[in-house]
Amino acid sequence: MKYLHLVWAALFRRKTRTFFTIASVLAAFLLFGLLDSVRTAFSQASESVAGANRILTMSKISFTMSLPQSLLPRIQAVPGVKEVAFANWFGGVYQDPKNFFPNEAVSENFFSVYSDFVVPPEQLAAFKSTRTGAIVGEALAQKYGWKIGDKIPLQATIFPQKDGSNAWTFDLVGIYRVADPKDRNNEQAMFFNWKYFDEARQFGNGAIGWYIEKVDDPANADRIANAIDAISANSDHETKTQSENAFTRSFVSQFADVGLIVAGIMSAVFFTLILLTGNTMAQAVRERIPELAILKTLGFSNPGVLALVLAESVLLVLLGGLAGIALAAVVVPAMSVHAGGLLPDSVRPNTWALGIGLMLAIGLVVGVLPALRGMHLKIVDALAGR
Amino acid sequence: MSALVEIRNLSKVYTRGKQKIEVLHHIDLDIAKGDFLALMGPSGSGKTTLLNLIGGLDTPSQGSLSVGGQRIDSLGEGALAKWRSEHVGFVFQFYNLLPMLTAQKNVELPLLLTKLSAAQRKQNAAIALKLVDLADRATHKPTELSGGQQQRVAIARAIVSDPDLLVCDEPTGDLDRQSAQQVLELLQMLNRDHGKTIIMVTHDPKAAEFARHTLHLDKGTLVEQAAQA
Ligand SMILES: Nc1ncnc2c1ncn2[C@@H]1O[C@H](COP(=O)(O)OP(=O)(O)OP(=O)(O)O)[C@@H](O)[C@H]1O
Ligand SMILES: [Mg+2]
Repeated sequence: MKYLHLVWAALFRRKTRTFFTIASVLAAFLLFGLLDSVRTAFSQASESVAGANRILTMSKISFTMSLPQSLLPRIQAVPGVKEVAFANWFGGVYQDPKNFFPNEAVSENFFSVYSDFVVPPEQLAAFKSTRTGAIVGEALAQKYGWKIGDKIPLQATIFPQKDGSNAWTFDLVGIYRVADPKDRNNEQAMFFNWKYFDEARQFGNGAIGWYIEKVDDPANADRIANAIDAISANSDHETKTQSENAFTRSFVSQFADVGLIVAGIMSAVFFTLILLTGNTMAQAVRERIPELAILKTLGFSNPGVLALVLAESVLLVLLGGLAGIALAAVVVPAMSVHAGGLLPDSVRPNTWALGIGLMLAIGLVVGVLPALRGMHLKIVDALAGR
Repeated sequence: MSALVEIRNLSKVYTRGKQKIEVLHHIDLDIAKGDFLALMGPSGSGKTTLLNLIGGLDTPSQGSLSVGGQRIDSLGEGALAKWRSEHVGFVFQFYNLLPMLTAQKNVELPLLLTKLSAAQRKQNAAIALKLVDLADRATHKPTELSGGQQQRVAIARAIVSDPDLLVCDEPTGDLDRQSAQQVLELLQMLNRDHGKTIIMVTHDPKAAEFARHTLHLDKGTLVEQAAQA
């Protein structure tokens, strides 16, 4: 510790350069804090559903496996379940695959379970009475300029019609809005009648994608989820009942290996960071060769000089890195509110631990060559400026 | 007086590529404890080389070298570093202070390698600064000091751990006459009143007059040894 002031003085010998280096370390670790939090959210094993007033039941094996319709009355019979709706992922494409938005076939009572999606009563009645009726979110309608009465063609990617055609056409009968304007990203979906979908599709008839249960008391959610999963235990269609956030993550996971993506991005970022801070450290030590020579003249040992330079590079990365994750710790809770379960509500201890581990490793990697150079310098040559 | 430094048949060869340059040829020299020796000679004659060997910054190619009764020619790098920290103080032409540290902290540097507490380090450094008459500049950084003042801080750093031997390579080479005079008087005082043995390389005959003896080195050989009044 008595050497800390030496390390500190060396670090801030060139204030501007050190500042910019610390800023880039900070940016890299801010990104790390965010992405690793996403990864953490995805890798969290089975999370409790306690406190949820809506839970979802899907196949335990895979999101793409469907469930039998026969489960419906049995789930409805579970004490504490107020209402059960169900849905199937359709995956239709509007005009161009780039125009992605979720579109699902849903049971008639879907909007009753999703009471936070507000639909005017006459539109809801039209939805129930129109076989090909569809309801879309207001944001989505605005995006494509749709009005009630429009016909919306979707190109099926999974489910052809009985005649083999992939062209499905829906009649826009309603537009839903979310109650809270902050949740407008939930106005991006399209829902249509499950009955029409089920009768017209070529295969899979009668199968359900997932069930949505409204529970009477959030405090009972855990018990109810267990009771629902118990119905299908040891069957060929075992289920997993989870919170909406966990469900969203399962859903995203089928398209993307989030851990791999995060690892990929962070590898690129840290590789760049190592080159950058490595260059800074090499430069910093090159400039200070005469000073290191003096320390050795005064009797500082080779390992001592090595340790001083390594401490300097580790401190450089720690200063930026800790600030970066601290900033992430401020940003993550704020973002998590709107992230639909893709972000945890705070930066978790495992992210801090991994981050600090990375800082130490990067600091050592970046410092080792300059440190060895400082350690091996010949005093007489360095003093003579050779 | 007994000899503090004993040099026997000392040679130093530098190898540059395939070429071997013998910079010092079979030097024999005794330096008495308490001496103040000026080492003169033309540029390239090997003065710095000899001084660095005596100070344990480099090792000889041949011959023996003992300081204070200890053979230092055969010490390993680590042992030599420790020996330097305990027995030698260094003063260079360009002061070689650490620019980010205050005068006080620069003087404390050698004490970091000792077991002294922070308070003791502080106190000893303050005493050394007082000795070179710079107590009032303790909190100044090198850039806030004149050349002469910087050199006196460097001298304080050289004596703070109370070594027997001071080696000074052109300590006044970068100073104006008046600052040089102050530095030389300081060295003389350290020699006379504190018993430090001093070896000083200089190009300036006036500076050499402050020493007790002057030695001349030419092309790696000692050519004369003139005692002064
Ligand atoms: N590391 C080295 N490698 C090769 N040659 C060296 C090395 N160090 C010194 N020399 C050579 O040794 C000779 C003596 O050098 P030294 O520095 O001892 O001279 P000096 O008497 O101190 O000169 P000056 O008065 O210019 O300081 C010079 O010719 C120099 O080029
Ligand atoms: Mg020289």
